[in-house]
Amino acid sequence: MRRPVKNETASHELPATPLDPSVRAERDKKIQVAMIALCGCWGCTLSFLDMDENLLRLLEKVSITRSSLTDIKRIPHHCAIGFVEGGIANDENIETLEHFRENCDILISVGACAVWGGVPAMRNVVNLEECFREAYVDSPTAVPGSKPVIPYHPDIPRITTKVYPCHEVVKMDYFIPGCPPDGAAIFKVLDDLVNGRDVNLPTSMNRYD
Amino acid sequence: MSIRITIDGNEIITQDGATLVDVAAENGIYIPTLCHLKGKPCLGTCRICSVRVNGNVMAACTVPVSDGLEVEVDEPEVSDMRKALVEFLFVEGNHNCPSCEKSGRCDLQALGCELGMMVSRFPYRFPVRIRDHAAKRIWLERDRCIFCQRCVQFIRDRETSRKIFSIKDRGTHASIEIDIELADKMPPEQIREAAELCPVGCIIEKGVGYNDPIGRRKYEIKSIRERALERKRK
Repeated sequence: MRRPVKNETASHELPATPLDPSVRAERDKKIQVAMIALCGCWGCTLSFLDMDENLLRLLEKVSITRSSLTDIKRIPHHCAIGFVEGGIANDENIETLEHFRENCDILISVGACAVWGGVPAMRNVVNLEECFREAYVDSPTAVPGSKPVIPYHPDIPRITTKVYPCHEVVKMDYFIPGCPPDGAAIFKVLDDLVNGRDVNLPTSMNRYD
Repeated sequence: MSIRITIDGNEIITQDGATLVDVAAENGIYIPTLCHLKGKPCLGTCRICSVRVNGNVMAACTVPVSDGLEVEVDEPEVSDMRKALVEFLFVEGNHNCPSCEKSGRCDLQALGCELGMMVSRFPYRFPVRIRDHAAKRIWLERDRCIFCQRCVQFIRDRETSRKIFSIKDRGTHASIEIDIELADKMPPEQIREAAELCPVGCIIEKGVGYNDPIGRRKYEIKSIRERALERKRK
C-alpha cells in the first residue's frame, strides 16, 4: 500500500562510499538486528541504550542495521531479529511494520505502545473527528488569529481511526512490556535469543509502567 | 476437626471447614487471589483463584475444605486459565499502567507480573467509560474498575450500614456508582480505607497521587506472592 511519493529521496538511496570489505565481512558474520520505532516516544530505544556495558557484550555477536542510532531508513538485507517500538497509528506505520515482518525472522514488541497501544491508544476512546478538532481546530495552544488547518497532504501519513497493538497487524513473536522496559529486561530477551536459549523474562523484571 | 487433604499431591492436615486459599497459604502454597480479603466474607467475583478440586475447576476462596479433598494448583491447564482471567481483565477496561496513580500498588498489575503476562491474548477493547468526579473527596476512574465488589460489600455508611458504592446495570453496560451524599459524609480514614481496598486504581482519593517513588512502591518492596504467603502464615 505505497502512497504516491513525489520528489523524494531517502538517505539510504543516496550514493555512498562502499564499506571496507574486511569490515563488511566481519559485520556479515554477526547476527543482524534491526530496530524500528512506530507511534511511540523513543523511550524504549533510550532504554535499549540503558543496557550500558552489556551493549558492548551484545555487539560482539550482533550488528545493528536499521535503527535510530544508525540512521538507516530501510533494512538493507534480511535480519534475524527485529525490535519494534511503538504502536500502529497511521498507514506508514502499517507499511513499515509489514516490510519488517517480511524481512525479519523474529519480531519483538517492545514497550507498552507496541504491546497494547500505550499512551497513543488513549485516543481510542474518542472518535477521530473529535481528536483532530481538539488537536488542530480548537487547540488551546493555537496561535491567536491563525487559520485552523487539519494537515492533509500525500506526503503526510494518513492516521488510522484507532491505535492498534503491533500483534493485531502482523504476527509478533515476543513481547517485552513496560513503559519503557528496563534496559536489563531488553538485554535479557536479546541475550536469550542471541545465545539460542528459550526467551524467559523473569517475573521480577516484568513491569507495565 | 482435623482432616487430610492433598494439594498437588502433598498431604496436608488442617481443620474442617477452613477456606482453601488460606489453608494453601498456611502451607506455603500460593494461590493467586484478587477479590479475596482474608477474614472478610468471600466475594467469589474474580475467579482468579481457580484451582481444580476433585477434578472440577472451582474458585479456591469459595471452597471450605473437607476430608479427602484432592486439589491441583500448579497444573498447566488451570494455571493458564488463571492467567487468561487476568489477561481478560486487562482488555475489558482501560488499564493504562504508565498513567495510573495506583501503579506499583495495584493488585491487578502485581498479579499480571506474577503470572508472567507479557501481553493479553484477547483483543484490547478500549471501552468508553465516563469518570465520576462528583463526590467531594473521591474520584471514580471507571476505566479501571474490575467489578470485584470489594467496595460494594465492605465500605458502608458508618451510621446506617447503607452501601456507598454499587454496581449499576449488567454485562457491558455495568458501571460502578457512588452515592454522593453518603460519600461526602465519609470520614478521611474511611476514604483512605476505600482507596486501599480497591485492588485497582478505580477509587482514588482526591488530592493524593504518586506518593511513593518508583522502586519503593508496595509491590516493588515485596511481591504479591510474598505478601500472600507471609500474611497468612501469621
